[in-house]
Parts: sequence; C-alpha cells; structure tokens
Amino acid sequence: MEHFSTIVFYVFSFLSVYVQVFFLVTFFEKRKSIITRKGSIELQEYPAVTVIVPCYNEESTIGKTVRSLLDLDYPKEKLNLILVDDGSRDATWEAIKSFESLENVRTFKKENGGKYTALNLGIEHTETPYLGCLDADSFVHPQALKRIMSYFLNDDKTMAVAPSIMVHEPKNIIQGAQKAEYDMAIYTKKMLAFMGGIHVTPGPFSIFRKKVFNDLGNYRHAHNTEDQEIALRMQSHGYKIEHCPDAYVYTVSPNTIIKLYRQRLRWIYGFIKNAFDYRFLLFKKKYGNIAFFTIPSGLISVASVIFLLFFVGNKVVAFASDKILQIQGAGFDSVHNFHVDWFFFNIQTVSFVSIILYGLVISSLFLGRRMSGSKKLFSLDILYFLFVYSVLAPFWMMKAIYNAIWSKESSWALERQVNS
Amino acid sequence: MIDWKKYLLVFLITAGIFLSAVYVTNYFNSRKINELKSIQDKISIDLLSSETQYALLEELSCTDVNNSLLSPELASLADKIDFSEKNISSSDIVELKKSYSLLEIKDYLLMKKISARCGFKNIFILYFYTTAENCTECVKQGFALDVLREKYPEVRVYSFDYNLIDLSAVKAMTSIYKIKDTALPALVIDSKVYTGFQDVETIEEIKPSLKSLLPVQAGLPKTPETSTKK
Repeated sequence: MEHFSTIVFYVFSFLSVYVQVFFLVTFFEKRKSIITRKGSIELQEYPAVTVIVPCYNEESTIGKTVRSLLDLDYPKEKLNLILVDDGSRDATWEAIKSFESLENVRTFKKENGGKYTALNLGIEHTETPYLGCLDADSFVHPQALKRIMSYFLNDDKTMAVAPSIMVHEPKNIIQGAQKAEYDMAIYTKKMLAFMGGIHVTPGPFSIFRKKVFNDLGNYRHAHNTEDQEIALRMQSHGYKIEHCPDAYVYTVSPNTIIKLYRQRLRWIYGFIKNAFDYRFLLFKKKYGNIAFFTIPSGLISVASVIFLLFFVGNKVVAFASDKILQIQGAGFDSVHNFHVDWFFFNIQTVSFVSIILYGLVISSLFLGRRMSGSKKLFSLDILYFLFVYSVLAPFWMMKAIYNAIWSKESSWALERQVNS
Repeated sequence: MIDWKKYLLVFLITAGIFLSAVYVTNYFNSRKINELKSIQDKISIDLLSSETQYALLEELSCTDVNNSLLSPELASLADKIDFSEKNISSSDIVELKKSYSLLEIKDYLLMKKISARCGFKNIFILYFYTTAENCTECVKQGFALDVLREKYPEVRVYSFDYNLIDLSAVKAMTSIYKIKDTALPALVIDSKVYTGFQDVETIEEIKPSLKSLLPVQAGLPKTPETSTKK
C-alpha cells in the first residue's frame, strides 16, 4: 500500500512538474512578447464597447463598480453600460437606478433567473461590435479597457480578451492566500494565451467581439460557470482568446473559509461538468493545446491536490502514532531526544521532488507578480497560499467531484447571499 | 497547430529533473550505507581484538579491562540501521542487519564471560522483535528499553529481528529460548522469557538488583551502551 501510494505520488508529481516546466519553457520562448504598459496609451481608433453588469444582491459594491467603469479612460460616447438587476432582494435596484440619468447607462430589472440570464438580457440589448461583462463585486483600472482593445486592434483573429484579476484590498489570511493565487494566475493565464489554451473568460471584465455571440449563441447556464463554458465553446470553434496582463481588474474575494469554500465548490464543480460536456475536445489534435494541455492539466491538478492531502495526511498520522507509542513506551521526557547526526536527515527522492515542485510554484508566483507590475515579490501571502490551498482545497475538490457525480448543483444565489 | 517538439522537450526536461533527484538521493544514501559498513568493519575489528584480549585476560587483571575493550559504536549503529531500514530501500541494509546481529551475539557472549570473570554487575537483556507485521508493541518496547539503557548504563540490550531467522545464529537464539513470532516482543532476562510489552517499572521488578545499581558505583568500568532500538 505504502509502495503503491509512493508510485502514485511520483506519477502526479511528474505530471505537475511537467505542467510547470511547460509554462516555464513557454515563458522563455515568449517573454519578449509580454507587454506591461505604464500610464495611458493612444489607440488608432476607439470601437464602441458595451459593458454588461449583472447584479444579484450587491447593493454594497455595485455603486463602486459602476463608478470605476465610468472612470475608464475611454471616449464616453463609445462606452455603454447595461446594468441588469437579476431580481435582487436588497436595495441593488435603487443603487442601479441612481445611474439611470447618465446618457450611456441603461438599466434593466428582471425576475431572478441566474447570472447567465442577466448577461443574455444585456447581450440582446447590445448594438456595439464589442461587449464585455463585469461582475458587480469587481472594479476596473482606468486603463484596462484601452489596453484590452489594443489586442483586438492588433489582431483581427482575437475574439476575446481576458484581463488580469487581482484581489481587492486583501485583509486577512484567506484573502492573502487568494491574492497569491490570483497573482500566479496572471502568469499561467498569459502562458495559456500564448499556447491558445485559455479555458475561462472570467466574469470580471472579459471583453468579446459581438460576433462571438452572434455566431455561437448566448451564454448558457453551464453549471453556474458560464464564463468557463463560453471559453470552451469558443475554443471548440477555433476562436482565439487572448490575455492582457496589464489590464487590471480588482475583485472582492471571499473573506471567510466558508465563503471561499462555496465559491470554489462552484468553480471546480463547473470545471468538472464543463470538461465532461466538452469531453469531445480531449486529445483531439485539431483543438490544439486546450485538448492536450489545459483540460488534462486541470483534471490532474484536482486529482493531485486530493491525493496529496491523503499522502501527507498519512505521513502525519504515522508520525503522530510513532510519537504516541514513544510516550506510551518510554514516558513524556523521551520525546525531546533527537539526533543531530547528518545521517538522520532523511534524504528521499520524494522530498527532492516536493522541493522542486514547490520551487516551481513559487517561481510562477514571482513571475506573475512581476508581470502585474508589483514591486514586492515576496510576502507572507505565499505561505498563506501554500497552507490554505494544500489543506482546504482538497475538501472543496472532493465535494465538487461528489456533487458532479450526483449532479448536485452548487448555488450561485446562495453564494451571493452569503457574500452580501 | 500543436507543437509536439515542445511536448517532447518538456518531457525530457521533466524526466531530467526526476532522474537528477533520484541520482542525488542514491548518492547520499549510498554514502550512508558506506558509513554503516565502515562502522561495522570497525566493530568487528574491535570485537576480534576484544576476543584476543580476553584470551590473554588470564594473564591480565580485571582492572585492565576498560573502555577500549568494548565496542561503544554498537548502540549508534543500531539506531542508524533502524533508520536506514525505514527510509532507504536497499538490499544492503538487510545484509548489514545480519552482520550486526552476529556482532551482537559475539559481543553478548564475550561480555558475559568478562562480567563473570571480573564480577561486573552487568545485566543482559535479549530482545526479540519483528518488523514483518505492524508490531506497535515492539515499537513501544524499543522506546522503553532506550529509557532503561539510559537510566542504567550497566544494562546491555541485544536486539534481534525475528525476521532474520534465516540467519542460523539468530535461529539458534530463538530456538534456545523458544521464541515464537506470535508472541513478540519478547525479552530474555536471566534465561527467562517475558512476552508482550514490559514497561520500565516491570523490568525493574523482574530484576530488583537494577535498583541497587542506582547511583552508579565509582570504580566500575563504564559499560558502553548497546542497541535497543528496534
């Protein structure tokens, strides 16, 4: 049994190192094409863009979200906002209505039907060649839209552009851990973009050509992760998705374990379900790296995080039971005896591999931070991240798999209520 | 569309990283095994010299019997072999363990003779354990004997892994004391077998003369520690 789990450990860690090395090789290959701009840029033209903001019980953040959109450095007559209240039960509608008087803002109120229905309502009222969405718990950097639009203008084939998402004012360990995670995602997302393998166009401020929805249809329910499904649908039709590392969007992240758990349960559940729905992509040459890299590596990471919990947990239990036997056999005082001889320093391939893997993960965090223009590379967030994700992530992943097998939906509405 | 060369290149880099990790591990572990071997060589030379000295002992007085006669490394070797057995997978370890058991038996026989001849108050404990099945009692017993050994330096513990029964000397020991693998751990004190976990207090009751050894009397040669750790 011990032997078997060690073999499984090597298989998973080999695959995980493989994924990290793949990103690194891509980075060294393409690092000259990573642009991080400071300050304002001028575009040769300013195409009209509509930004849809779907809201459900978000009275506290919606005002700030809309104001950040109004503050975008983009010609006012080219920027339209559609604010959709998806049947909120709090004062969201009143908050939205206060912007009604602005010329480029339109507001809609509908029966609660889920986020994708709110987005689709907005898409139906969109007349511009570009559209995007912004979750009502997120705020955009003033330069974000211009920078994103430059990707569309430089390449006719680019059909969607995802931004760099950052955690808005992290205040505790849970949010700090997410900050590290989001910073790392800036790097991995850009690498996936280079490979043509992006599998999610996030709710906070992904911008699309309207053509995408005209050709492929509107958002779907997609197990409450419509932003993953649309990206997979685009990939299955060979539509190019880009990532703009210097388009910053700040999102309010869950600040308690239970909120984070609910959010991730929905994400992972959605990922598994969507991956299953789009299983025809898997390992088909014509779909490119999404088929051979992104989806397989996502599934592997779910499996390895769960396995790692049991692997490490098993070792911790073994260590603890040995200590208990020592106390039973020899009394309390004996526990303090330990050897300083180098001989007793346990050198095992497992330890080396773990160190390499953690090293790769931490370096991808550094690269992400550098790409986001952050000056502070090292912070305690890294430790929070390693702790929170190795201890807690297995639980929402296991629950997500369980739910996926029994098709138990994770509730977006419940998550919203908890958040507000 | 898919850059297969890159997939291959990344595979080769990853494999390279893994092979280096395996190589480095093997390098350090073989150094450890070599260290064990050299300790063992030293002990066997020590024992040989002790035996030779014993043969000459009739011409020597007991006051000349000192530390140099005994093998102080035996205890630390036991700990190291025990650690290696758990953490290094190598067939060398089993071999090392076998020759260690032989050294123990030789040391035991020699020490018994020397104590009898010179009237030392050494107490000999033979300890049989098993690593084949999950013997938690054996682990506890190992820790208890460690404590006993620290408390009374005159106690010499010789531990034998029952699974080395294919070694004829160990087999002889087990058949002399009728040790069964179903009744482990087992202790032999004064030719009497005690099976199951015995805590320090119980052993002190079995051997009341232990108490008289506290505090250590001056003038007696300090007995080196021997293995206990399973």
